[in-house]
Amino acid sequence: MGIKLLTNNINVAGIQKLDTYQNNGGYDMFKKALSMTPDAIVEEVKKSGLRGRGGAGFPTGMKWSFLAKPEGVPRYLVCNADESEPGTFKDRYMMERIPHLLIEGMAIGSFALGCHTSYIYIRGELMYVYHILQKAIDEAYAAGFLGKNILGSGFDFDLHVHCGAGAYICGEETALIESLEGKRGNPRIKPPFPAIRGLWDCPTVVNNVETLMAVVPIIKLGGDEYAKIGIGKSTGTKLISACGHINKPGIYEIELGIPVEEFIYSDEYCGGIRNGKKLKAVVAGGSSVPVLPAELILKLANGEPRLMSYESLGEGGFATGTMMGSGGFIAMDEDTSIVKNLWTFARFYHHESCGQCSPCREGTGWMEKILHKILDGHGNISDIDLLWDIQSKIEGKTICPLGEAAAWPVASAIRHFRSEFEEYVRNPQNIIEDHHYYRLNNISQESV
Amino acid sequence: MCEEIKFSDDAFALVKRLMSRYPEGKQKSAILPILHVAQAEFGGWLSAPVMDYVASILSIQSIEVYEVASFYSMFNLKPVGKCVIEVCRTGPCWLSGAEDIVNYIGKKLNIKEGETTVDGMFTLKGVECLASCGSAPMMQVGEKYHEFLTPAKIDTILDEYRQTTSEPISHWAKNEIKVN
Repeated sequence: MGIKLLTNNINVAGIQKLDTYQNNGGYDMFKKALSMTPDAIVEEVKKSGLRGRGGAGFPTGMKWSFLAKPEGVPRYLVCNADESEPGTFKDRYMMERIPHLLIEGMAIGSFALGCHTSYIYIRGELMYVYHILQKAIDEAYAAGFLGKNILGSGFDFDLHVHCGAGAYICGEETALIESLEGKRGNPRIKPPFPAIRGLWDCPTVVNNVETLMAVVPIIKLGGDEYAKIGIGKSTGTKLISACGHINKPGIYEIELGIPVEEFIYSDEYCGGIRNGKKLKAVVAGGSSVPVLPAELILKLANGEPRLMSYESLGEGGFATGTMMGSGGFIAMDEDTSIVKNLWTFARFYHHESCGQCSPCREGTGWMEKILHKILDGHGNISDIDLLWDIQSKIEGKTICPLGEAAAWPVASAIRHFRSEFEEYVRNPQNIIEDHHYYRLNNISQESV
Repeated sequence: MCEEIKFSDDAFALVKRLMSRYPEGKQKSAILPILHVAQAEFGGWLSAPVMDYVASILSIQSIEVYEVASFYSMFNLKPVGKCVIEVCRTGPCWLSGAEDIVNYIGKKLNIKEGETTVDGMFTLKGVECLASCGSAPMMQVGEKYHEFLTPAKIDTILDEYRQTTSEPISHWAKNEIKVN
């Protein structure tokens, strides 16, 4: 078994409750942090090499050190629990199972950054988890871990949970801030960055759930020891949400740097492809990152094994590589229609575009429609080129990265699976029967 | 219907608590949680008079509520059935048969996506990724996630809702309004 820093107590009965959490060392690291100086905590996080676990992978310690600290102006730490990236479900699992780990991470982070009020912004669909978090926060207040003069330290800290209402875009940090201010989730033009002007125009840090949870083991081990785990600049452990056509879908905490092949085929993780099928393709980091065919996700262009790390997944750029993203690992077997799967992603981005920027608002709709036309057997070869052209005109031309997130899946599917698009166009009668619907094994044709 | 639009005492107390979480003058921040509570209190959807009422509580213009309510997909701006069945249809769920699940429910209830059964019991809604990709295919009813769906499971689940549902099921569960 690999090293576990976040999920080591996940199966302890009652770990959702404060007393059990405390009996397993919970809040000890918050106590330790209160005995340190705020700057020393930021320094440990910097030394740990921790990178944002929400998708962008930006160094957390650096993000913290950018926070402006003008006199007399409140500053805020906001937890991004708007987990909506298709293929990603780690934060939901963690908040549901061990909510106090997030509260402890936020308390440590808020102390380090000098924030006296912080918010957890959770997506509205996870309303049952919202109530779990609220009950955990109530417990933490009652035990004196939140509120005034915490544990006699003189540190005052209030933590609130806030729910969204169904909008993928609110996972983008400036859209999240707009939403938390009670507005539509339209991303802001940067600069100014939230570290200077964020929530209510005050300096703000927005961090993902897993990132804030990882602060707890960093305080326990110290930044240097944490940085020894993993490989190169991919330090520590990462939660991978594994789904699709694998034998064992679920959440796996991996030490960064294990081979992708081991992750897919070993019984400790995904347990191989289900029904004895062959692996066709993988989306390794949530729907936004480029899809790779089996041979490229398992091995680098030079034939060496590809590893589960930020650098190795990115090796080869978009020509032969992909990204770690949020760690939403979607495996597709040999029977999967890449074009049809892509269409569901295209529909997703069209639905979730906030509509501010024309390239994204219009382009996502065009891509969805063209893919639908191809799937229905009415496509032309020129439609494939048109798709390529549209995606290239969205990338880099929008306020926020939703544009790229919509463009990259289309670009990579055409780059690696162009022949499949062409087959839909040339011989629709051959392919549509088999691939139009991906059929679940236990649903017979008759029952549908 | 000219029933007075007014939160129950429990809901009003909850709304006040929600508003107190934001700094003085920033109470508009509470709009999303309050609209969830309003949807739970007023029949599972947000009518214009309900949104006007929320605006008056937050001391903001009605248009500020309309523009927010129309942006977020969880708010129903038209009447819906007592049980809104929200089936995830994005990539990972689709890979596990979500399309068949949508078709099966539609056929069973004799409705298409976006429609409500004639008895007003069920509305079928296709939604995007609900962070349940490892337990696909799935659907949500109110706050409840129903996962690893099969036709047999759907039969059982829908029968149960049919027998036990007397008032609209909302995302913000009614029993979570009454706490404290």
